Amino acid sequence: MSLYRSDRNLVFVLQILSAISGAVLLLIVGFLLLETLPILQEIGWWRFFSDPAWYPTSQQFNITPMVVGTLLVTFGAVSLATPLGILSAIFCQYYAPTALATIYRRLIELLAGIPSVVYGFWGLVVLVPIIGRLHPPGPSLLAGILILAVMILPTVMLVTDSSLTAIPDHYWTGSQALGLGTWATVRGVCLPAARSGLITGVMLATARALGETLAVLMVCGNIVQVPQQVFDPVRTLTANIALEMAYALEQHRAALFVSGLVLMIGVTLLVLLSELIQPQS
Amino acid sequence: MNRGTFLRLMPLGFALALGIQACDSTNASNASNKIILTGSSTVAPLASEIAKRYEKENPGIRVDVQSGGSSRGIADVRQQVADIGMVSRSLNDQETDLKAFPIAKDGIAMIVHKDNPVGQLTEEQVIGIYTDKINNWRQLGGQDAPITVVNKAEGRSTLELFLKHFKLESPKIKADVVIGDNEQGIKTVAGNPNSVGYVSVGTAASQVQNGGPIKLLPLNGVSASLETVKDETFPLSRSLTLITKGTPNESQQKFLDFAQSQQVHDIVEEQYFVPLS
Repeated sequence: MSLYRSDRNLVFVLQILSAISGAVLLLIVGFLLLETLPILQEIGWWRFFSDPAWYPTSQQFNITPMVVGTLLVTFGAVSLATPLGILSAIFCQYYAPTALATIYRRLIELLAGIPSVVYGFWGLVVLVPIIGRLHPPGPSLLAGILILAVMILPTVMLVTDSSLTAIPDHYWTGSQALGLGTWATVRGVCLPAARSGLITGVMLATARALGETLAVLMVCGNIVQVPQQVFDPVRTLTANIALEMAYALEQHRAALFVSGLVLMIGVTLLVLLSELIQPQS
Repeated sequence: MNRGTFLRLMPLGFALALGIQACDSTNASNASNKIILTGSSTVAPLASEIAKRYEKENPGIRVDVQSGGSSRGIADVRQQVADIGMVSRSLNDQETDLKAFPIAKDGIAMIVHKDNPVGQLTEEQVIGIYTDKINNWRQLGGQDAPITVVNKAEGRSTLELFLKHFKLESPKIKADVVIGDNEQGIKTVAGNPNSVGYVSVGTAASQVQNGGPIKLLPLNGVSASLETVKDETFPLSRSLTLITKGTPNESQQKFLDFAQSQQVHDIVEEQYFVPLS
């Protein structure tokens, strides 16, 4: 293929830039492996799932309760935020008067812009005491799920909203010509056509929920245990790293890097899963 | 063509990134005009205020204060990546290779919500609460409500001191909430009328002064305040200490002398600690 000289220069610059972005990811993964290899060789993978508990300063490294905690908080938040987000996007697109829809969209965008530490602070001083009155102690799996659901709701709503906007007009007019009502059109035509966007939205939200640290750290109570009910406190992998990293040395520190590696593997699996269920175009 | 170029460029990206990373690690300064302090997050705010005044009075000298826990302070001084370490306790028998320069004192107080009718705790009661043998305030003369036990995260020296004082072991503690810093502990107790926790006396006292809904409990009948920490009657106290490996050099010694002098007593009091007389 023949390219103009300016094109060739552009391609060269683009190649360098994308090589750098790619290298950053590889470097982070490489760094995680480098930090975790000594401890993995010394005590092995299995101890991280078979030790009696997590007391890293006494050589006990069980991270299973935190893996379970992370999955429960994420799953709870996503299953709350997904229906809310998708339904409010449908409301915005097809049912709300234009003025109301615009205001509503701006509000949700604002919600997306609130820093996570503010959510965490609000959770700690408002939500946690309310839950504490219902069922002590207060900081709990439930508090984490609710805070995260509010945080990821805008992601689901806005991505769904924009993929519904992108559906060609003639889908709509065609469906109207067939005499279908609004809900039948939304359910039978628009949602299937926007399916790929919906999945992307939910995946982005899940990734954010998995990785969220500060808000979860402030409201979840951070006890290392597999919760028996939603009112029990839990610790997530991210909160574990944030709580202990600054104070950890040697094996304790390496064990925290293993927490990070496990989280990274989780996110990788999530990306692979979304590739699998994404309709091929 | 694209793939080939990419593969050729990739090592370049790696090399670049590795190079950047290599520059990142801190090295103890040999130059006499820069002093690096690392360690306890309790001491760090005090040390950086002292450092600011020292820099002002000695132009051309830079003092870097990095926080990261007492154990980090000790490790960094031993490996000589820091000139001076900060620890929020006294040195123990295994640490005779280090020299200690105490700069202030602090206590650890048990705190509960202001509305809690329980007025004081004995050491046995504290141990009972933290090992889940006592789990209702009724057993301590309070309301019929379960106790929410607030504990510190692993590796913090406040936890270490608490465990050592009450002769407890970390796995024996049954907590309901694990917190990171003092502020989070105070917020948690302020938001839950049935909780109990322990934080630095200074931080808690300043919160009470500013109207925070918490109260400090006397321990074994001794009230928790800066005064009782000062006259050494309060049982659960610690000294905030700067450490060096062996004898400090001239510029380090000058800073240590300054940090221990009368000139910084107002800073120590501003940070709600007790100056050493």
